Amino acid sequence: MDLTTLLQRFQQGDRRALARAITWVENGTPEAGELIRSTYPSTGRAHVVGITGPPGAGKSTLVDRLASRYRELGQSVAIVAVDPTSPFSGGAILGDRIRMQRTLNDPGVFMRSLASRGHLGGISIATGDVVGLLDAFGFDVILVETVGAGQSEVEIMELAHTTTVVLIPGMGDDIQAIKAGILEIGDLFAVNKADRDGADRSVMEIEMMLDLGHMGEAGINRWDGEAQANSGAARRLDRTGHHGTADLASGNPYTSSASARHAADRHGTANPGDISWRPPVLKTTAKDGQGVDALVDRMIEHLNFLKETGRWEQFKRHDAAAKLRELITLRAARTVMDRATAAGDLDRLTASVADRTVDPYTAAEEVLSRHLGT
Amino acid sequence: MNRKLRVLVAKLGLDAHDRGAKVVARAYRDAGFEVIYTGIYQRPEAVAEAAIQEDVDVVAISSLAGAHLTLIPQLIHLLKDQGADDMLVLAGGVIPEEDISALLAEGVAGVFGPGSDLDEIIRFTREHAAAK
Amino acid sequence: MSHQERKERFAGVSDREVKRAYTPDDVAGLEYARDLGDPGEYPYTRGVHPTMYRGKLWTMRQFAGFGTAEETNARFKYLLAQGQTGLSTAFDMPTLLGYDSDHAYANGEVGKLGVAIDSLRDFEILFDGIPLDQVSTSMTINPPASIMLCMYLAVADQQGVGWDKVSGTIQNDILKDYIAQKTYIYPPEPSLRLITDIISFTAKHVPKWNTISISGYHIREAGATAAQELAFTLADGMQYVQAAIAAGMDVDEFAPRLSFFFDVHNDFFEEIAKFRAARRIWARVMREKFGAKNPRSWMLRTHAQTAGVSLTAQQRENNIIRVAMQALAAVLGGTQSLHTNSYDEALALPTEDAVRIALRTQQVIAEETGVASVVDPLAGSYYVEHLTNRLEEEALAYFDRIEAQGGVVKAIEKNFFQREIADSAYRFQRRMMNGDYRVVGVNAYADGAEAKKEAQILRIDPAVQRRQIERTQQVRATRDQAKAASALAELRRASQTSENLMPYILACVKAYCTEGEICNVWRDLWGEYREESVY
Ligand SMILES: Nc1nc2c(ncn2[C@@H]2O[C@H](COP(=O)(O)OP(=O)(O)O)[C@@H](O)[C@H]2O)c(=O)[nH]1
Ligand SMILES: [Mg+2]
Repeated sequence: MDLTTLLQRFQQGDRRALARAITWVENGTPEAGELIRSTYPSTGRAHVVGITGPPGAGKSTLVDRLASRYRELGQSVAIVAVDPTSPFSGGAILGDRIRMQRTLNDPGVFMRSLASRGHLGGISIATGDVVGLLDAFGFDVILVETVGAGQSEVEIMELAHTTTVVLIPGMGDDIQAIKAGILEIGDLFAVNKADRDGADRSVMEIEMMLDLGHMGEAGINRWDGEAQANSGAARRLDRTGHHGTADLASGNPYTSSASARHAADRHGTANPGDISWRPPVLKTTAKDGQGVDALVDRMIEHLNFLKETGRWEQFKRHDAAAKLRELITLRAARTVMDRATAAGDLDRLTASVADRTVDPYTAAEEVLSRHLGT
Repeated sequence: MNRKLRVLVAKLGLDAHDRGAKVVARAYRDAGFEVIYTGIYQRPEAVAEAAIQEDVDVVAISSLAGAHLTLIPQLIHLLKDQGADDMLVLAGGVIPEEDISALLAEGVAGVFGPGSDLDEIIRFTREHAAAK
Repeated sequence: MSHQERKERFAGVSDREVKRAYTPDDVAGLEYARDLGDPGEYPYTRGVHPTMYRGKLWTMRQFAGFGTAEETNARFKYLLAQGQTGLSTAFDMPTLLGYDSDHAYANGEVGKLGVAIDSLRDFEILFDGIPLDQVSTSMTINPPASIMLCMYLAVADQQGVGWDKVSGTIQNDILKDYIAQKTYIYPPEPSLRLITDIISFTAKHVPKWNTISISGYHIREAGATAAQELAFTLADGMQYVQAAIAAGMDVDEFAPRLSFFFDVHNDFFEEIAKFRAARRIWARVMREKFGAKNPRSWMLRTHAQTAGVSLTAQQRENNIIRVAMQALAAVLGGTQSLHTNSYDEALALPTEDAVRIALRTQQVIAEETGVASVVDPLAGSYYVEHLTNRLEEEALAYFDRIEAQGGVVKAIEKNFFQREIADSAYRFQRRMMNGDYRVVGVNAYADGAEAKKEAQILRIDPAVQRRQIERTQQVRATRDQAKAASALAELRRASQTSENLMPYILACVKAYCTEGEICNVWRDLWGEYREESVY
């Protein structure tokens, strides 16, 4: 398939064209840029829902149920499930389809499995662009299941409008251990496997942590409307580098830590006095579907909340700003690195920094003044 | 470019024997492939749909029941109907010698009987998937 | 003299490294009375009977089934005429999974790997001319086991044979299905309920029926090592005992009717040791852990089958030799019954000639080799006793790991067994590829130019499916509809209570409800089980 045919078929709603477009974007083929350019105007409509939580919590099983429920409500659904790439071989076994047998025969559902390809944030580098394609293709809801490796899955929060954290009963201590990461990314919490003992207790524990536990840490209580003034825009901007120092040597400008990206404004208020979102904690049993309807209701409620409070539009702006910043920073960094390498400056200055004749700040200054611009 | 070969390892019909499918899935993973595994008891329609949505380069069918002559051709027709005839379709498992030519004629690119060498399967897959 | 050895490491199928020779040091601490006991004495390491094969040879039980009931009935009669002493029924995949032959999923599978059974009409044909009080019949089926047993009892009624006279076995081991064989339909909880219903019903009404054949065979065939097969199978057994006790039964009421089914693979001494270890562990567990008082509850009785996975499609006559040695190991291990595979089974169903050779293999062992004259002749061998101890230790270590995960069902949910087995299968495949494990005709002594002999293989005529569908549709059209409908409705009602379901299933069967109709009642109420993932 060439690009023109593909785009044409994509616009006509051809699933094979969509599938191939995803492959190109994932592989970063030369056509990928044009694909994104052409489809970008049609994005921004879908409700992107993230599903994160430890491995085995039942995320895939739950996604299968969520998709069925959304279908009952007449929504079309795309599913993206990310699984880890083996660090040894670069290969991966993507097994989430096994758990999604309920919905996969429904033509209103499309699912794609992605390998993390070495990226550690719970999703792969291309996941955002893949979601964009699915959005442009016209799906109403996009469910994104993360790898589920644990604490550092904050990236889903940036990609999704509504992030659901899936936990299981009896994780009390684990929750304590990971709460900093977990509590901040969730707009919704599902205690899955509620058929097991201890679900009510887990719900209570999470509720308590949400209400009290966070206060001391972030210095604010996120739900009482006293969020830092004017920080509504800040959180989304924060994510894209306020806390990071550009790390030129690795080519990665983002080193901001998870803890730095506190989620105050996602749930708190854009302007003091607005209504706020207190993440609900629900019990689900993905195995037999109990609690799933209620969870979907809350997802939709959260969407309405985002829209009614103007956050939906704000997010779009912030996403745009973030994306721009990301691209500019990446490209600028790459350009400077390429030029400095070609000119031999990088090697020379690296040696000087290593033997302590020049400090890294002065060296970076020198590279930037010589190779940035012109 | 960050191209990875993607392979769907699938079982068709009422065939519970997944030892071979799992061994092959691991071998592909260890050789750097991205492997989609859809589990046992799959209908040809479901496998074709998965192959298309996942946009795989290769569909590897493991068959240890007796229905390969019914179900594999069905799958191939479904793929063709949807314009996915560029996918490399491989079959492995308990497939009698005399059925091999029938499967090849239906469009299966390679048949790997009992005792096939994993490295040989991978080498064949690389060579033929890359060539398309 | 040089002490150079052929290779650095010697290890068999299970990848257990073995030493050059074994000495008394390797069995230090072994106490005859405590750990072995005389044949027929606790803990039965040396066999469950004092005379063993001097009293009665093992049952030669060849698994058979293909096509429609007519064809399998003919094969049964042939085998009985050849001197076989027990029948063993293989069902086709749609039957194993609770689909009638006219279900869309059954297309292409009807009669392929076993006989197609939809309704009592098929059972009437299957056992036509075979008096059920004179044979013992084993039926390899799991979720629909209750239905097949009821069909068998219905045929017994028609023949005027009392239920106290029928004997046989249903496999009925759902746990190993979740672990390895995958012929499950329902989730564990209702599946275990069906099993305990069968156990308590047969304890009262069909006293000679073996209620579960707790199977390691499929676990091993899926790639497990000998130790894993032993451990997982016995763990399943303990789980059934617990379930039956929890359902209110007394352990001695049902334990004597539990039986086992193991694989016999290539590693000769390891296999013999496996049977010996299995008996010792089971006896101790039943007596010490479950407090059984009846010695029959302590005895592990087992069927064995030679390893299907060890058959090669290449140089297939070699399979005759493999099967002979595996069969010998099973006999030296003290099995109660044995199926020997046919040499042409790697590719398709066995032909009649091949089946006969397989049966003759057992007869040669029984009549000509002299091994049936002495009970447990390998007792006291440093190597065999050491292996027996080792396998026991390894199994006990697995029991602890399973316990730590909350028991067998929880471990299944956590994918524990499946992952352990898949790891072993992959390791074995790698060893074969790098030549560490050599298989004659495959990665050693392969004839490059082996003439592709046009193997004679048994094919199922496509007309089989058509004929079977016709029969089933005719049964559905001509039965007493009101009776069938009310039997199904009653079954549905009872299934939502804790009543024993067997009488209701029997009523359905006698009203000519089909297997698929009965299974669908439960599919509807209980849902279907989905497999765990690959890793
Ligand atoms: N008991 C119970 N088990 C569940 C439930 N949901 C999922 N599971 C099981 O948990 C295991 C892991 O599920 P999966 O969806 O693959 O989890 P993931 O790794 O988070 O995607 C599977 O065995 C599921 O059947 C539930 O609500 N109750
Ligand atoms: Mg998952």
